[in-house]
Amino acid sequence: MRTAAIGIAALSLVLANCSRPAVQPSAKAPSATPAAIVEVSGGKQVTTIGTPLEQPIVVQVNDSHGAPVAGASVSFRAPNGAVMQPAWGITGSDGQFTTALTIGSIAGRYKVSAATEGAGGKTVEIRIEELALGFEQNLGKQLSDVYCSRCHDPESTAERVSNFDNLTAKPHAFGDGAYLNKIGDADLWAIVQHGGPALNKSAEMPPYGRTLSKADIDALMAYIRAVADPPYQPKETVFAQRQ
Amino acid sequence: MANRSKLASIRETLFGDSARAFGTLGIVLLLLLAVVPARDQFREWYRYQKGYLRLIGGRGDAVTLKRRFTGGIQQTWIPELNVVDRCSSCHVAMKEATLRDVGTQPFRPHPSIPHSLTDFGCVMCHRGQGVATTVEEAHRSTLAWEEPMIPARYLESSCGQCHMDKLAGTPKLNAGRGLLSRYGCVHCHSIPLPDGTKLIPSDDPPPLTHIADKTTREWIYGWLKNPAGYSSTATMPNFQLNDNDARDISAFLMAQSTPSAYPVAVPEASGTPDAPALQAGASAYGESFCASCHAIQNAAGLLVGGNLGPELTRIATKAKPGWIRQWVHNPKDYDPGTAMPHYRFDDKQLALIGGFLESKTDPDFLANVHLDTATAGQIAHGKQLVNENGCAACHEINGIRKPESLAPDLTAVGSRPLAKIVFVAGMEHTLPAYIEAKIKQPRSFGAALKMPQFNLAVPQIDALVTALLAQTDRAFNLPARLRVARHPATNYEPAGAAGRLMHDLNCFSCHAINGRGGDMAPDLTFEGSSVQREWLLAFFKNPNTLRPTLIRRMPKFNVTDQESAILTDYILAVYQTPSVEKDSMVASSEPADIERGRQLFYSKYACQSCHIVDPKKDKGYVGPTLTHVGSRLNAAWIYQWLKAPQSLRPGTIEPDRQMNDADGKALTAFLMAQKGQEAKGK
Repeated sequence: MRTAAIGIAALSLVLANCSRPAVQPSAKAPSATPAAIVEVSGGKQVTTIGTPLEQPIVVQVNDSHGAPVAGASVSFRAPNGAVMQPAWGITGSDGQFTTALTIGSIAGRYKVSAATEGAGGKTVEIRIEELALGFEQNLGKQLSDVYCSRCHDPESTAERVSNFDNLTAKPHAFGDGAYLNKIGDADLWAIVQHGGPALNKSAEMPPYGRTLSKADIDALMAYIRAVADPPYQPKETVFAQRQ
Repeated sequence: MANRSKLASIRETLFGDSARAFGTLGIVLLLLLAVVPARDQFREWYRYQKGYLRLIGGRGDAVTLKRRFTGGIQQTWIPELNVVDRCSSCHVAMKEATLRDVGTQPFRPHPSIPHSLTDFGCVMCHRGQGVATTVEEAHRSTLAWEEPMIPARYLESSCGQCHMDKLAGTPKLNAGRGLLSRYGCVHCHSIPLPDGTKLIPSDDPPPLTHIADKTTREWIYGWLKNPAGYSSTATMPNFQLNDNDARDISAFLMAQSTPSAYPVAVPEASGTPDAPALQAGASAYGESFCASCHAIQNAAGLLVGGNLGPELTRIATKAKPGWIRQWVHNPKDYDPGTAMPHYRFDDKQLALIGGFLESKTDPDFLANVHLDTATAGQIAHGKQLVNENGCAACHEINGIRKPESLAPDLTAVGSRPLAKIVFVAGMEHTLPAYIEAKIKQPRSFGAALKMPQFNLAVPQIDALVTALLAQTDRAFNLPARLRVARHPATNYEPAGAAGRLMHDLNCFSCHAINGRGGDMAPDLTFEGSSVQREWLLAFFKNPNTLRPTLIRRMPKFNVTDQESAILTDYILAVYQTPSVEKDSMVASSEPADIERGRQLFYSKYACQSCHIVDPKKDKGYVGPTLTHVGSRLNAAWIYQWLKAPQSLRPGTIEPDRQMNDADGKALTAFLMAQKGQEAKGK
C-alpha cells in the first residue's frame, strides 16, 4: 500500500515535468498590464482517470491594483495525457478565462499551470492541482462513501446528514494529510481492521476487519493516501534513475 | 566481354573446386545466421528492454529485478479467452511492485486490481492488438488491425464483459447499465447482457389509452415539442417534430383515447383554495411523503424530492383537475400497472392534496399553443407518425401494435468493426467516439434517422458509452465459469389477501422481498424474524421513522385495522430467516446483566456513536434509533444481529465485531430493556 502512495507522489513529479508547451495566442492589447493571475474556481477537484473534471477551471488576471484585466492572453500547460479545451485564450471583460480539463490515463496529481504575460514580457504563472484516482483508489472512494464518510466527512448534504458533530472524539477528514500522513501504513490498517482501541484511540471508530475484505481495506488506504493534503510522502521514497 | 571474364574469375575463386565451394557456402550461412539475431537489435521492444535494464541498474533491488527479467518477446496465450498478448515484451515491469515510483511508460508496474494479470492477459481489459510488437500497431488501429486500445475513460466497460451485477469498483458501468433501463433504451434496442439476461426498463412509460381523461391536446403538443421544457428530469426524449407533426400526433392521441371506467367518482374541486387551504395542502403533501418519489421545484429553482415518479412542478398545466383527484384517490383505476401506491385518503385529505397540486401550474408552458379542431386527415397522419416513430414501443396506445425490432440490435455494439461504421466528417474515427456522438446527437448522422434526442449530461453519456462498450464479441463467447451472474429480478408474488394488499399499496416500488422490488427502503425478506407483532401493527397505522435524518420515508397509507392485521400476520409468518429461531431466546431481565450491557454499549462498543438509546444524551444517527427497540425487535434477532449482522442483511454497514456470547447476551438484555417512554427512569 505504501508503494502505491509512493507511486502517486513520484508520479506527480513526473507529470509536472512532462508538460507540453502551449501555443502562444496573438493577443490584442490588454486593458491594463497583468500583474497577477489567480484561481477563481476549479482547483483541487477529484476525478477518475480519463474523465473530464466536473467543474471547469476558472482563472482571473489582475493588474497591480488587483483590478481584473480584460483582453489578457492566458495559456494553460497541462501534464501529458491531460487535455485542456481550450488551452489558451483571451480574458473576458471580467478578467476571467474558463477552460475544461480532461484528465489523462495515469492516476496521480495533475499540476496545471496558467500563465499570462506581465510587464516587460515577464511571465506571470499560477499552478492549479487536480487529482485523478486510479481503479483501486476509486474503489476506495466508493467504499468510503458507504462506510466512512458519514462520520469522517463533516459536510452534510440533504441526502446524507453528517454524523461528525455527534461524536466525542472528532474523526479526521481523509484529506487531513497533516494528521493522517504521520500515521504509518501498518497503524492505519490496524485502526480500520480492529477499530480505534487498537491504537489507544476512541472506540467510536468501530472495527471493520470482518466486514471489509483485505482488498477493500487496501483500496481504502490507497484512497486515503491519494487525497491527503498536503500530499502523502513516505520517508522511504526512492525515485527512479533518470534516463 | 571483360565483365564476363571478371565474373568468371570470381566464380573460379569462390566455387572453383568443392573445398572452395564448401568454404564459401559456410561463410554465407554463418552471415545469414548472424543477421537473424542482429535484426532484433533494431526492434522497438529491444530498445525498451535495454532501457529497462538501464533504469533498474542504479536501484537498490537491481539484482532481484534483473533476475526476474527475461529478455526477448514475451507472450501470454489464453486460448479459452481468445487472448494472445505480447504486451509484456515492452511493459516488462508490470508485476514489479517495487517500481511503483516509476512514472514513465512502458516501465510502470500495473496498478493493483482484483485479478491476476497472467490469468486474464492485457487485451481482455485494455483491448488493442495483443499480438503486435510495435507501439503503433499494438495501441492504435492501423492498417488492417481493427481494435484500438480502449481509452481510460471507458475502461470500466471491460469489467462488464464478465460481471453482470453491480461492482463496487465500477460506478460508471453500474450507472450506465442503470441508465439503459432508466431511459428506456431497452424498449427499442435489444441489449442483452453478455450472459443473455435482459435489462428490465425502469422508466415506467404511462399507457396512453385513456389520455383524454388526463390531459389536453395542447399539453400533448407542448410536451411532444419539448419534454425537457415541461420537466427537466423527463426521460421522454425529444423527437424533434415539426409543428404540423406534433399537431397531428396530438390529434390522433386524443382521438384514440377511450374514457376510463372509475368505480368511485371523486368529488370535484369546490372553488379555488385560499392561502390557508393551500398551506394545509402543502402540509398534507409533506406528511404523505409524496416527496419521497416526486420532485417539485422550490423558489430557488432547485428540484426537491425523489425521482421515482414524475416531477410535479407544473402538474396542473398537464393534468385536468378532476383527473388529479381521481388519480390521487386510486391511481390503479386509471393505470393498473402504476408504481404509485393506493393511499386510502379521505375526502378531506383528497381536497387538500388535490387543491395543492392544482395550484402547481405554469401558464407560460402552453402560452403559444393554439390548435384548431383536428381534421380526419390530421388524425390519420398522426396515426402514421405514431407508427413510424415507434411510440408504441414504450406506450400502450389503442389500435397500435408494439413494434418489433424497431432500432438496431446493440448486442455486440462494443465490437462493431470500424469498417462498418459511417462516420460524420470531422469526427474521430473510433468506436467510443461514434457511440458517444450517436447518443449525444443522434440526428447528426442524418436528419431522416428516427432515434430521438435524449436530454443527458456528459457524465450520463460517459456512463452509457461505458455500458455499451461492454457488449463485445469476446464477452458473449467467454467460458461460462468466468461469468459473474447478476441476480435477476424475480417475479415473486405474495399470495392471498396480503398479496392483494401489497399489490394495492405497491410495497415493491420501494421495498425488495425475495429478490423483487426497489431499493429505496429496507429489504423485507427476513422482516418477520426481526419485529414484534404489536409494533408492526402500530407501524402500519402510523409509520414513525426510525431514522430521523432520512428525507425519503414510509408514507402513512391510512390502512384499516383489519388491513394492518392481514399484512402483519402474513409478514410474521412468511418472511423469516433460517438463522434466527424467533422465540428461542428470552433476554435476561436481571438488572446486573442490563447494567453490564449498558456499559458495553457506551464504552467497549461505543454504539452511541451511531445509535440513540437515551435521546437526552445520545446523538448518533447513522443507524436506527433504539429508544423503543425492546418493543420493536425480538431478542433472538438482536443477538444474531450483534454476532453477525451481514448474515441477516447482506451489505449492511453495521460492523461485524465477532462479539462473544457473553457480551452478545448482555447487550441483548440491555437493548430489550429499551421499551420507550414507559420504561424511562427504571
